[in-house]
This record gives sequence, structure tokens and C-alpha cells, in this order.
Amino acid sequence: MTAYLMKKGISLTAVLFLVSLTVFSVLFVLPGDPAQIILGINASPETLAALRARLGLDQPFWVQYGGWIGSLLKGTGGHSITYDTAVFDLISSRLAVTGPLALMAMAIAVALALPLGIFAARHQNRPGDAAVMAGTQVGLAVPEFWLGILLMLLFSVHWGVFTAGGFPGWGEDFRGSLKALFLPALALGLIRAAILTRLTRSSMLEVLREDYVRTARAKGLKERTVVYGHALKNALIPVLTIFGLQMGQLLAGAIIIENVFTLPGLGRLVFQAIGQRDLPVVREVVLFMAAAVVIVNFLVDLSYAAVDPRIRLDGQ
Amino acid sequence: MNPAPLLEVTDLTKHYPVGSGFFSRPMGWVKAVNGVSFSIGRGESLGLVGESGCGKSTLARLVARLLRPTDGSIRFGGREIGALDRRAMRPLRKRMQIIFQDPYASLDPRMTVAASVTEPLLNGATLSKRERRSLAADMLATVGLRTSDLDRFPHEFSGGQRQRIGIARALCVRPELVIADEPVSALDVSIQAQILNLMKDLQQQFGLAYLFISHDISVVEHICNRIAVMYAGQLVETAGSEGFHWACRHPYTRALVAAVPQPDPQVILPPVPVEGEPPDPAALPPGCPYHPRCPHAFDPCPEQRPPLIEAGRHHQVACWLNGGKGVEQGLPLNWHGSG
Repeated sequence: MTAYLMKKGISLTAVLFLVSLTVFSVLFVLPGDPAQIILGINASPETLAALRARLGLDQPFWVQYGGWIGSLLKGTGGHSITYDTAVFDLISSRLAVTGPLALMAMAIAVALALPLGIFAARHQNRPGDAAVMAGTQVGLAVPEFWLGILLMLLFSVHWGVFTAGGFPGWGEDFRGSLKALFLPALALGLIRAAILTRLTRSSMLEVLREDYVRTARAKGLKERTVVYGHALKNALIPVLTIFGLQMGQLLAGAIIIENVFTLPGLGRLVFQAIGQRDLPVVREVVLFMAAAVVIVNFLVDLSYAAVDPRIRLDGQ
Repeated sequence: MNPAPLLEVTDLTKHYPVGSGFFSRPMGWVKAVNGVSFSIGRGESLGLVGESGCGKSTLARLVARLLRPTDGSIRFGGREIGALDRRAMRPLRKRMQIIFQDPYASLDPRMTVAASVTEPLLNGATLSKRERRSLAADMLATVGLRTSDLDRFPHEFSGGQRQRIGIARALCVRPELVIADEPVSALDVSIQAQILNLMKDLQQQFGLAYLFISHDISVVEHICNRIAVMYAGQLVETAGSEGFHWACRHPYTRALVAAVPQPDPQVILPPVPVEGEPPDPAALPPGCPYHPRCPHAFDPCPEQRPPLIEAGRHHQVACWLNGGKGVEQGLPLNWHGSG
């Protein structure tokens, strides 16, 4: 187990190194001088040069990159140009929105996908199955920002049960904050649910035909025990894999949906930082998101061993 | 008069629709099991033989009520179970258990041996966890495994060991009837003999009735009192296993028997080649289903399906050669003598 964790730790470090190098290079060659954007087009060349020197933008690539990695390793990180605070602080305050949003979206996705997938599998080729499959087809085809706008129109504009955007803050209004996250989480979750439902269905269909499910029935177990105790647990492994991969897509989706609902989350932060050429923020948020995806998938790997006794992580 | 049999199956039929989708009507029916009747007494074992695709496994699953019959009756312990739903079947499950062909697929890979073996005991029983565990340990010992195997997972065992676990699982509720669906055909020959002997011993020890399904007639002869031969979803012959080689009359049974390698080089059975393929169960030929392949087919064969008629003591044949009342027609019944 220790060897496994060390192996995973090394690969995580390697991935993060490559991500950091890629992000840094892309931003380095990106047109648009941060100093120019900060000072506006009327700034004199001297002021520009002074600011570029202060931000270290006049240094060669490796010096800039080395300086950034050094600050990360020291644990201080970069300093935001627009917000004039440490990027780490920005990330942690914005994570208070995006983290719960992602969790809520995944919870909604799983809460819909598992029962619907099981239902569809147990009613294969019957009208209920057809209805679920048609619904997921729509879910796969609809982009989440559009679904977000539709939900906003229906729940906020038409019925007025939810706010159409903004975020009061957890400390100020906990219930209001939860409500503010619900519609964007629903928009993100419904789209994930579409894929997960189809996957749960096909995985369940496969497992329900297995002899051990037949054996379970022949044992005289309750139908619930057969479906949930034997079939579902074995069907979960492929679902779990896709669940992990969806986390990455979810963070990408959050960038869009946080802008639709004007939520002060990580996605909106990085979106605005790109427009403002706030390079330290962009770099570190992207790096953070990459780390989050890698870590979630690592947790999924760990959970395989819990779900399936045949999988031994140490490979012995 | 004989006591009522433990299992009595009458005109059992299972038809599957072909080519039906969400909106379309079925284009035809696969007649997997087509009017099968037989009975099994307490402690008796009936071997069901036939080639792949003849409906043996479907029949096993119908009797175990893992499938719902299209038509016909299944009486178990004097009670009609053919139309019971899953919930109503549950109390009866303790009295009949099924062993599947593939020991790799029939154990839940996520469950320890102890959990798999004791799970049937959860059905209506009131044993404590410790009692269940000690029962499972006894059962494992009975089938020749160790108590220390209780906490291991199925993937840690060989095929033969897994099948022993499957048998322990089936027997731990002390059933009256065990349906064994090709229990040894996935195992290699040296292990087959061990499992067959184990099953034979257990039958005596627990007074079990077996419905034993196999495509290998010699396996069935070894373990069963009676043999039923199935072809294209129908029974074509049933007879006692004693001297079955010599007593069988149906041309298909003879072909099956002749295909068994003889251990005694002095005994030379004339080979009976079978031409052609088994019929498509969605388009069975009219009359006797075997007539297109039968070397002895004559006038009535393509026209009328022969009923199972008495051909001796505990012996029934569905073949027009057997005449209405055992009269010879076209072929001497003592066919081995002429070879």
C-alpha cells in the first residue's frame, strides 16, 4: 500500500509539473501584454517598462517559470495583479462556492442516474426504459449553459422560486447560499446524470444476466437484495470510473455555469483573470483544477479496491 | 398407488418472441421448450440429456422458476408453482436449489465464501450470524473444503473448488430438490469425476432429488436413476439408466449413445452418424422434430408429432417406429444384434 501511494504521489507530481509547464508556456506566448492591459493604451512607454520590470515580465522564460515554481514550493504562491492579494487566498475563498457547487451537481447526478439507470435496466425495452433513454438523449444533446438559462427562465423569472444569480455568502445567509447554488448545480448535474444513467443501465443489464444474480434469485432473496446487494454493487465499477472522469468535465462546466449565474467561484475567477491577463491567477487556478481532477481519480482508484475484492492496489 | 412425486411437470412450454422491439409485434416465436412432461420422486434423480440449444437450460430455469412458463404446469411438493410470482416463490426456494454450469460466473465476486454460502439461510430463517457461520463451515467440510476458506473470495479458488462452494451454497438450506444445470461441463475431466462422486454421496447423505442436466450421456448414466433425452425442446425418450445403452430405442438416443467412447475394446457399437444440423427452434419442422435428420423416417414422421408412449417398464419413446403399442415397424427393435 505504501509503495502504491508513493507511486501515485510520483505520478501526481509529474502530471502537475507538466501542467504547470504547459500553462506557463501557453500564457507566455499569448498575445496581450499584461502591463499594457493594466495601465491602458495611453500609458507611456516608461511607465509600461517600469511595471513590466516590477512584475518580472522582462525576465527570460526560465527565470520567470523558475520564480513561479519556487514561490509555489515555498508555499506563498503568486500575487494577483487585479485583486492585489495572494492567489492562494483567492482560490480558497472562491473554492467555498465552486466546491459545494461541484458536490451538489455530482450528488444530483448520482441521485438521478442510479435509480433511473436501474429502473431502465429492469424494464428493458419497455415504455419506461424508452422514456428514460429518450430523456438522457436530450440531456446529452443540450449544452449546460443553455439548460442553465432555461432553468433560470422557468424557476427564477416565471415562478420566482430561486434567484437568477448572485451569491449571498455562506456566513451571511446559509439557506440563501444553498438556494443560489441549486439551479446551477441542477444544470450541471442533469447533464452528468444523462451519461451516468446510460452507463448505469448498460452496466446493470450486463450484470443482471450474470449467473450469480440468477443464483441470488434462486436463493430466495428479496428482489431488493438481489438488485441492490448483488447486481448494483457489481455494476458500479464502470460507473465509478466515469464518475471520476466527469469531475474534470464538471470543473470545466463550472467555468461556464458560474458565469451564467454570476457566482463568485473558481470558474468565474479564472474566466475573468484570462480577460484581464491576471497571469498568476490563471496559472494557479488551472494548476489547482488539474490537481483536483488527478486527486479525484486517485480516490476513485482507491475506491475500486473497496468495491471489488479482486482488485488489489499493491498488485500482489 | 405411488405417493405423489416431488416434482411433476406437465406440458411445460416456453416460447420467446423474436424480433420484437419497443413498438413492433414479434415476428415469430422461438420454441425453446415445447410441451415437456416428466416427474421426479423424492430421492430420485432424473438426468436430462441433449445437445446444445435443445432447451435443457431453459427447462432447468423454468423448473427453478427463474423463468415464467408460457404454458403448462409445474407441481412441486403437490403445489402448482408455474404461475407464482417472485414473492410467492420465495418461501419455496428453501426446498429447491439450483447449481449452475459456470462456477466462475455463479458466485458473486464481491462476496466471501461465508457470505455466499450462508445467504440462502437469510430467507425466512432465524439463525444468528454465528450459527449461520458454523453451518457454512460444516457445509464446506462436507464438500471437502477447509473452514479457513470461509473468508476468502471466489477468485482465490480453482473451478472445481468453486463448484464445491456452489454445491455447499445449494445444500446449506437442506433442499429436497437440486436442479444441476451442467454442473461439471465447465470442469476438466479429472475434476468432473470428483464432483460427480461428491454429488452422488451427498444425494445419499441428504436424500436429495436431482434434476441433473448434461450433454454427456455417460455423466448422466453414472449419477441418475432415470434418463430423459431432449431434442429441439421436446422429450424424445425416457428410461431407467440401468442398461440404457441397450434399451434405448429412439434413433436420436441411439446416435447419442453410439457417440460415447467405449472403455471396453471388446464392445464395438456401430457408429450412427447424424446428418445435418439441429432445427432452428424458431422454425421447427412439422411432425417429429428429428425427422429431417433421421435415417429411418417414414410416412407419418413429417406429418404428426409422435407422442411419448410406453415402450417397456419405466420406458417411454416418442417415435413412430415404436408404433402405437410397441409394434415393430421398419426397424428391428433389437437393433444392436444386427450390427
